[in-house]
Amino acid sequence: MADPTHSDPKLISREKRKTVGDITVDNPRMTCRNVNVYYGEKQAIRNVSLDIARNEVIAMIGPSGCGKSTFIRCLNRMNDTIESCRVEGEIIIDDVNIYGRDIDVVPLRAQVGMVFQKPNPFPKSIYENVAYGPKIHGLSQSRAELDEIVETSLKKAGLWEEVKDQLEHPGTGLSGGQQQRLCIARTIAVSPEVILMDEPCSALDPIATARIEDLIDELREQYSIVIVTHSMQQASRVSQRTAYFHLGDLIEVGKTTDIFTRPKHQLTEDYITGRFG
Amino acid sequence: MSPYSLMILLLCLSSAAYYLGKKKAFAVSADVGGARQLHSRPTYYGALAARWCGIPALILFAGWLGLEDHIITGMVVSELPETLQNLPADRINLLVNDIQNMVTGNIVSREVDDVMRAAADHYRHLQNISSAALAVLVLAVGIGGMLWVRSRIVPSLRARNHVERIIRYLLIFCSTIAIFTTIGIVLSVLYEAIRFFHAVPVTEFLFGLKWSPQMAIRADQVGSSGAFGAIPVFAGTAMISAIAMLVAVPIGLMSAIYMSEYADRRFRDAAKPLMEILAGIPTVVYGFFAALIVAPFIRDAGTTIGLDVSSESALAAGLVMGIMIIPFVSSLSDDIINAVPQALRDGAYGLGATQSETIKQVVLPAALPGIVGGVLLAISRAIGETMIVVMAAGLAANLTANPLATMTTVTVQIVTLLVGDQEFDSPKTLAAFALGLVLFIVTLLLNVIALHVVRKYREQYE
Ligand SMILES: Nc1ncnc2c1ncn2[C@@H]1O[C@H](COP(=O)(O)OP(=O)(O)OP(=O)(O)O)[C@@H](O)[C@H]1O
Ligand SMILES: [Mg+2]
Repeated sequence: MADPTHSDPKLISREKRKTVGDITVDNPRMTCRNVNVYYGEKQAIRNVSLDIARNEVIAMIGPSGCGKSTFIRCLNRMNDTIESCRVEGEIIIDDVNIYGRDIDVVPLRAQVGMVFQKPNPFPKSIYENVAYGPKIHGLSQSRAELDEIVETSLKKAGLWEEVKDQLEHPGTGLSGGQQQRLCIARTIAVSPEVILMDEPCSALDPIATARIEDLIDELREQYSIVIVTHSMQQASRVSQRTAYFHLGDLIEVGKTTDIFTRPKHQLTEDYITGRFG
Repeated sequence: MSPYSLMILLLCLSSAAYYLGKKKAFAVSADVGGARQLHSRPTYYGALAARWCGIPALILFAGWLGLEDHIITGMVVSELPETLQNLPADRINLLVNDIQNMVTGNIVSREVDDVMRAAADHYRHLQNISSAALAVLVLAVGIGGMLWVRSRIVPSLRARNHVERIIRYLLIFCSTIAIFTTIGIVLSVLYEAIRFFHAVPVTEFLFGLKWSPQMAIRADQVGSSGAFGAIPVFAGTAMISAIAMLVAVPIGLMSAIYMSEYADRRFRDAAKPLMEILAGIPTVVYGFFAALIVAPFIRDAGTTIGLDVSSESALAAGLVMGIMIIPFVSSLSDDIINAVPQALRDGAYGLGATQSETIKQVVLPAALPGIVGGVLLAISRAIGETMIVVMAAGLAANLTANPLATMTTVTVQIVTLLVGDQEFDSPKTLAAFALGLVLFIVTLLLNVIALHVVRKYREQYE
């Protein structure tokens, strides 16, 4: 039995909330250092440092409201759309700090794509949904090339077989799981290097979830994937590394197998054994 | 007893019925083991008693007041001397009018003779009897209703269900009032329009190219047989509405886009109320703004570049009407743009779309059906608008494509046809109803289409 005071997160001193585990990796794709995020006066992320490796799936877990979404939205500056949000610290991709001056978010978001919790296809045709990104970034010279991109993206997202005869139908007419795969295809179509997924399966049934998990596993060969999830089974199934967040702090990072079998921090252990959160 | 005091008495009686009913409910519940054993809460028994006391009495009251005049007049007329009774109907009407005037103490149009005075006295006498009878009857019905319900209050009486049913009937009654009023208006307009179409063929009205609704007053009068081709009038309406839409739609839509997508909170908080003030200005005020400032300005501007602009022009009216409609378009579009889910914008931003790309390619296409619906509603407003056109565009029905000419619209013609006339039997006045009918059909169609489009849009995100 753990010391009961440890179960109450408020009683744990700041000292004990320093990140445990190795935040660094060899040859990282993205590097975050001392990231602080504020919504107005309120601090939502405290001094988080973390590397994101190439060809890995890293899972973000933690109780609701701990800042998982806030953190991954920093990685492609989606927080810019929230007026009150302010980000401090460094997030580096390809030796450039994305919060540095003179950074254009348009190419950044093409490079770091995002899939949202609720499938949000545009109210356009399936084809248009996938073609939208390549069109605005000018990725194709001709219609044939665009067709090619749409087809490969849908194939990678595992949706091609189901929709190849109805590309002109509205994307909003698909089932929830299909819509989510359509959104993944849409993201893949702009050839990102990192894909951020914020609870991509929370609106889906177990079968659709299993398909997306398989898909994530395949996508890892080409992309780095950051996935937020509330399901610890899902985290252990799809990810190689796991990061545990708690009230804005990054508490522990490590190999997924280690985190789930030998957590080093008391809070992590409490969370994965279901004592709170 | 005057109707007012009777009404107040009836209200007091109903309140008393409420308390009596409630008390009775408590009383009967005491025998069976407390208020919990009642079918409904005690207040429902009170409410039931109050309704049975008030509503039948009220219906009687209304019916009596509606028929009273008619019956008393009939009785007075039947008492008049033979000679007067044999007069033609319209003379008798005048007579009755005079008698009524004498009763209320107004000035009478002829010298007062004994017969008249007797009739007036008789009238007054009958009125007194009637109001006394009414008071007695209404109170009797009220008290009777109250006692009847009270006597029937037992624990198993389903008072709540009864009360709720009465309330439901009341709601149905109120909602049908609006429906019947609409039907009544449509039928009366239709009736008058059909009378008009007896005088002027439908085809001539709908397809005629000349509008000059002056009829000969005497048969031997020359040169004014009247022409009732409605095309110029409808063309004027279409032209002025089109000009108004050309002003209102782009400006309204773009201001809505700015407000909902770009403006920060502080600007929005300041600008929205200002927009609403624009919507609150009475149209007459817009009218003299158009007539005194915009029209002369357009005329002078036209003169300087060598155009001949009349001092009342379709352009002036259309421009000002457009300004009037801007807040309508912008607030409707604003609502619709705001209803586009943030998730769609996030999706576009997440792919690296810029703000303007997101708005042009994702937000606006998603909002388009709703915006179209809003614009159609705005068009029906423009078509129905009268004051601005009366003041700024004139009365002459010119069939022309030149927006600088004087023009007129359907609503303006309806006003000019009816103002000052008392008799509704010449084709000239009846023409107003035909115009009204066609206008009604046009705006109805526009509204139906608009509502349909808006509803379809709503389904999209569900
Ligand atoms: N737009 C916002 N404005 C102000 N505060 C916000 C905003 N979004 C999030 N927050 C706050 O920031 C903190 C972290 O929120 P975040 O959405 O990142 O949590 P989360 O870990 O993703 O939670 P969940 O698992 O429920 O999705 C919360 O306390 C939340 O109240
Ligand atoms: Mg979240």
